[in-house]
Amino acid sequence: MFLALRELRFARGRFTLMGVVISLIAVLVVLLSGLSSGLVNDGVSGLKSMPATAFAFDEGTITDNAFSRSLVDGEQLDAWRDADGIDEAEPMGVSFVNGVSDDDQQVDLVLFGIEPGGFLEPALSEGEALGDELGGIVVSETAHSEGLELGSVITLDRVDVELTVVGFTDGQATFGHVDVAYLPIDTWRLIASGTAPAGEPTAEAIDALDYDFSSVVALSADADTDFAAIDETAGTMTMLRQKAFNASPGYEAETLTLEMIQVFLYAICALVVGAFFTVWTIQRSHELAVLRAVGASRSYLLRDSLAQAAILLIGFTALGVGIGVGLGALMPEAMPFDLEFVPITIATVLTIVLGLAGAAIAVLRISRVDPITALGGQR
Amino acid sequence: MTNTTDTIPALELRDVVLEHGDGDTKVRALDAVSLTVAPGELVAIIGPSGAGKSSLLAVAGALSGVDAGTVHVHGTDLATLTGNSAARFRLDNIGFVFQSGNLIPALTAADQLRLAGRLAGNRKVDPKPLLEAVGMAHRANNRPGQLSGGERQRVGIARALVNSPTLLLVDEPTAALDRARSHEVVQLLRDRAHEAGVAVVMVTHDHDVLEYCDRVLEMVDGRLSAIAA
Repeated sequence: MFLALRELRFARGRFTLMGVVISLIAVLVVLLSGLSSGLVNDGVSGLKSMPATAFAFDEGTITDNAFSRSLVDGEQLDAWRDADGIDEAEPMGVSFVNGVSDDDQQVDLVLFGIEPGGFLEPALSEGEALGDELGGIVVSETAHSEGLELGSVITLDRVDVELTVVGFTDGQATFGHVDVAYLPIDTWRLIASGTAPAGEPTAEAIDALDYDFSSVVALSADADTDFAAIDETAGTMTMLRQKAFNASPGYEAETLTLEMIQVFLYAICALVVGAFFTVWTIQRSHELAVLRAVGASRSYLLRDSLAQAAILLIGFTALGVGIGVGLGALMPEAMPFDLEFVPITIATVLTIVLGLAGAAIAVLRISRVDPITALGGQR
Repeated sequence: MTNTTDTIPALELRDVVLEHGDGDTKVRALDAVSLTVAPGELVAIIGPSGAGKSSLLAVAGALSGVDAGTVHVHGTDLATLTGNSAARFRLDNIGFVFQSGNLIPALTAADQLRLAGRLAGNRKVDPKPLLEAVGMAHRANNRPGQLSGGERQRVGIARALVNSPTLLLVDEPTAALDRARSHEVVQLLRDRAHEAGVAVVMVTHDHDVLEYCDRVLEMVDGRLSAIAA
């Protein structure tokens, strides 16, 4: 690296220009990664926090928006409950609602009807768990920013059912960019059936209800369970957790768009670095010929030049990632932006590795430099 | 050095033929060239452009193979070397001095010498004595861009001597220099040849500097002939 380091210092103007471009790409990569994580969390954090391994939808449900579209009945639920290899099978209701809180704020919620005390119950940051109050809801911690507090009463539009906030989840729980409100599955059924009387849900209304539907069956099972076979008997369609994310509103469209932009950035990084080192190598081809004539081996010059590219890439990518993380911390709260260690690390490594790949292709020209050109007139 | 190695010529070319191109465009760059240079001897080769002078250096410096004949450098047949082993051999046995020095722009004078040492696996080169020997100690920390043509050429000579070669191949060392500097540089080459026992083969256009040479040969159309010094 003797020569590499001295050249970096000598041609610092040119290398800095290149470095700034690499840094800017790294900043963009980090910001996109943060935006991507933020959107994913906004879209499916309500599902991510659930310990379910899979979700069973009604047979033939279209995958986009499947959670709120699907409807499974009591028989399908029982079929799953009785199936072998299934540890837990609980009904889960999903519906999007609009309402007005007691201080006249309009709120959008997605109701997650679950069994009180069941395995889907969320961890709490404050308040108490579901069960005591039929109209009690546990809402996402992020709903604080909408003005909701413990004891806030939300009146649902059109049906005029009143729900009371009894707890907040530990961490973000959103689904399709809307805050989740967990409530007892019976109350959810009452609302979903359209027979709920105005005001607080009452035990009489629930007892009188002849409605055993839910949106999906949430499952906890061993990974090697033969879901397809049970689907057959239950008349359902099961999606594993990760795949079920795609069934959330807009999830696939958002993540694919951002992923495509990221892929383009990596390609641009490789091409720009490759172009820079191509020109740089051509610029010093005479000097390389002299070194070859003096007796430098090909591998020495290749190693030296690759080390130079690696120093440039690692240094300026680190700088760019630092700036990107710093900018990310300044993002307004309303923006779905989450800095997560793993995606940022992957993005950093990819930027460096693909940049190096571009540089390597350019630097390989060194092996074609003929030492004889060092003799005779200058060219 | 023992007496037996002293008698081995530093460079020995026997009936060397080198051709460029093929078919109708085929040119004989070297035509049955024979040349023996003893250690400590400074030999000048003059001749018009395209006479084959650079080809002679390429062949003697293991940069180019030959079509016929043999080349020995300090007893080693260059035909036995290939690719990387030729590079290694150049590193240990042959020093090159190029037109106008051909230094690496990014390196100071001292670093030029250190790099040449490192290439040969010697990380502890002390550039000082060699730079002093060529009168450049005071410029050790200057880059080529800050040096004059003559100074660059002196650093180039010092660099060529770092790994104690047995043969120094010098390509038009005075092409970019004025008269006074030319004399200084060639005197320097002669002194190094005589003091360090290095054989020097110098290709030049410059008839002015021949007085310092032990032997002068002329090359015309690929043929080498001795002329009176």
